[in-house]
Amino acid sequence: MTKPAIVAQGVSKLYRRFAHKNQLRTLKSALLTGSVLADLRPEETFTALEDVSFEVKPGTTFAVIGENGSGKSTLLKLVAGITKPTRGSLRVLGRVSALIELGAGFHPEISGRENVAINAMMLGLTRKELDESYDAIVEFAELKDFIDAPVKTYSSGMYMRLGFAVAIHVDPDVLLIDEVLAVGDEAFTRKCLDKISEFRRRGKTILFVTHSLGLVEKMCDDVLWLNHGRTRGRGDPKRVVDEYLTYVAGGEEALLRSRSLADAAQAEAAPASEAPEDAGAPGGYRPGRWGSREVEIRQVRLLDSLDRERHLFIPGETLTLALSVHAARPVSDFVFGVGLFAADGTCVYGTNTDLEDFKPRRLEGEAIVRLSLEGLQLVEGTYLVDLAAHKRDGTPYDYLRGLHSFRIKSRVKDVGIYRPQHHWSFGGGAELDRPVERPELDVEPGDGAAASGGKGGAR
Amino acid sequence: MIAAIRSLVRFRALVESLVSRELKARYRGSVLGFLWSFVNPLLLLLTYTLVFTVILPNRQPEIQPFFLFLFCGILPWTWFQASLSESSGVLIANANLIKKVLFPAEVLPTVCVLANLAHFLLGLPILLLFLAWQGTLAWTAVLLPLPIVVQLVLTLGLSLFLSALTVHFRDIQNILQHVLHLWFFATPVIYSYAAIAEGTPLRQALRLNPMTHVIVTYQQMLFHGNVDHWRGLFLALLVGMLAFAAGAFLFDRLRDTLPEEV
Repeated sequence: MTKPAIVAQGVSKLYRRFAHKNQLRTLKSALLTGSVLADLRPEETFTALEDVSFEVKPGTTFAVIGENGSGKSTLLKLVAGITKPTRGSLRVLGRVSALIELGAGFHPEISGRENVAINAMMLGLTRKELDESYDAIVEFAELKDFIDAPVKTYSSGMYMRLGFAVAIHVDPDVLLIDEVLAVGDEAFTRKCLDKISEFRRRGKTILFVTHSLGLVEKMCDDVLWLNHGRTRGRGDPKRVVDEYLTYVAGGEEALLRSRSLADAAQAEAAPASEAPEDAGAPGGYRPGRWGSREVEIRQVRLLDSLDRERHLFIPGETLTLALSVHAARPVSDFVFGVGLFAADGTCVYGTNTDLEDFKPRRLEGEAIVRLSLEGLQLVEGTYLVDLAAHKRDGTPYDYLRGLHSFRIKSRVKDVGIYRPQHHWSFGGGAELDRPVERPELDVEPGDGAAASGGKGGAR
Repeated sequence: MIAAIRSLVRFRALVESLVSRELKARYRGSVLGFLWSFVNPLLLLLTYTLVFTVILPNRQPEIQPFFLFLFCGILPWTWFQASLSESSGVLIANANLIKKVLFPAEVLPTVCVLANLAHFLLGLPILLLFLAWQGTLAWTAVLLPLPIVVQLVLTLGLSLFLSALTVHFRDIQNILQHVLHLWFFATPVIYSYAAIAEGTPLRQALRLNPMTHVIVTYQQMLFHGNVDHWRGLFLALLVGMLAFAAGAFLFDRLRDTLPEEV
């Protein structure tokens, strides 16, 4: 198991604002006692990041998304080591190069050649390494003819090309990119992207902050969504980006509404006798609903093998998800998907009609979609269900995340998620008493649930 | 303090390039270009010579020809004064670097001091030439590296101290100009230290100024040709080392606050 390239644990960053009226006093005491830090009492603080934790595996591409002011750049500076976290710890393995501002530190009066040398050394290259990569830098920047001209005569495009070329040739193990690709012309952007792809192929770790969500879905393995300095979402790029887009489109209000809807659904999902003890889902999996609603999931029922609505199942039973769908206008691009999640957000199973090669033709008006999960071999626990109707490219029509749940009850307290059909057998000198045969709870087994659970004994 | 030195040694290639960039960039685009390094001290010398030989003539016999005596003090003083006033603003001027690049910030004030040292060393041949022309150049000139080292340590220490502190207290930049002005007159550059009687309060005050001893040593080595100010120079070295330790300590303490405050 390789060590993660970046580990952030409970990282918080507070910016302090010092009141100016105290400056004279602090200067005096600072000079007299040298206790500058103690006397610089912050008048107010601003929390840029709060309790952010994540790990980036080596060789993966990790994106940080979020609105302006959400703490993305602060996070990047922390990872780069430019500033230190106020609380928590941050560890980065290997050489880091940060593309936070291209050509920071270029001196306008001197030539591109000298600026390359100085910039490369600032970024941590030794003179020998510089000599080796100098030609490659100039070539990448396409500035062979201008390299001896003062940098102030460069166009802003040339300036950035040179800055990017230097930073990328530092040959870091971890590359940090802050929205630098948003600037520059088409050709340059493509070139940068090619270079970044090459980095990925070579197994380097990349962390980047961007507003370009298409890029995130295309290039990243993992996404962190920051909102006002807190982790709002984390995980699979497509899903997090969808959530983020819905959030941005609908704003906070919509998400809150869907959350209360989720709570309502939760309450409804749990029969009065069945207290929803661990229905809350920690770990980044938050119930919610989003999508354009061009196709709407109007009703969801969880049925047993006799088509009775149930929320409590025993291992091995058949669970049927019955969806009533409504499309206001006919659509021809649609996919139905289902996901099962354990209470901690672990994905148990997921599939959709596209994955299983169903070709959508038409969807109009009321429609029924049923998925039967036969032999639900799961251990005891509460499971959340994701239900979705979306386009084939992933654009959601209606995504119901964790708004429905069911519970598996079992006499046997085995652990994990999946319970394979199994039985024990013993021989030789092993003597065990068979477990006492008991009815599997007071649920009526629907389809003669073979519920092999703990029945195995020495035969 | 050891850590500060080690960090500066580790980044010496960067410091070197930055110093040479500083020297190249300063006069690029001007007509005289590099010659300004020589012309600047000459013009300064001309001004002071005009003042102190024509307007307020100084006729103390032991410091004649006066313009040469003046030159011996003004050249190192310019190094000292320019280093401090530049380094007090250097972190703010390079905020971009400190905020956006993982960068050893102590390199910046160091570069200020070293670039001005280079100007000083470039001006030195002119001074030696004048001394040779007047026939007063003595063998003691070969001892010059000693006061230069003492002054370097002292200046570096003060530069580190001021550069970090100015980030938090911007007023320093303004106050400093006047402090340096006063400091100039409190250092025997335009008058002779020897001419001030022993035991007077003025002499006592001048003795507390480390730059007094540095400048007096320069004057003795270059102008008078006999050196007996060793004790003073040694004291100045001690003060310089103390200043360096304090500067390095303060800079280190404030390091993490720099990217947020510049």
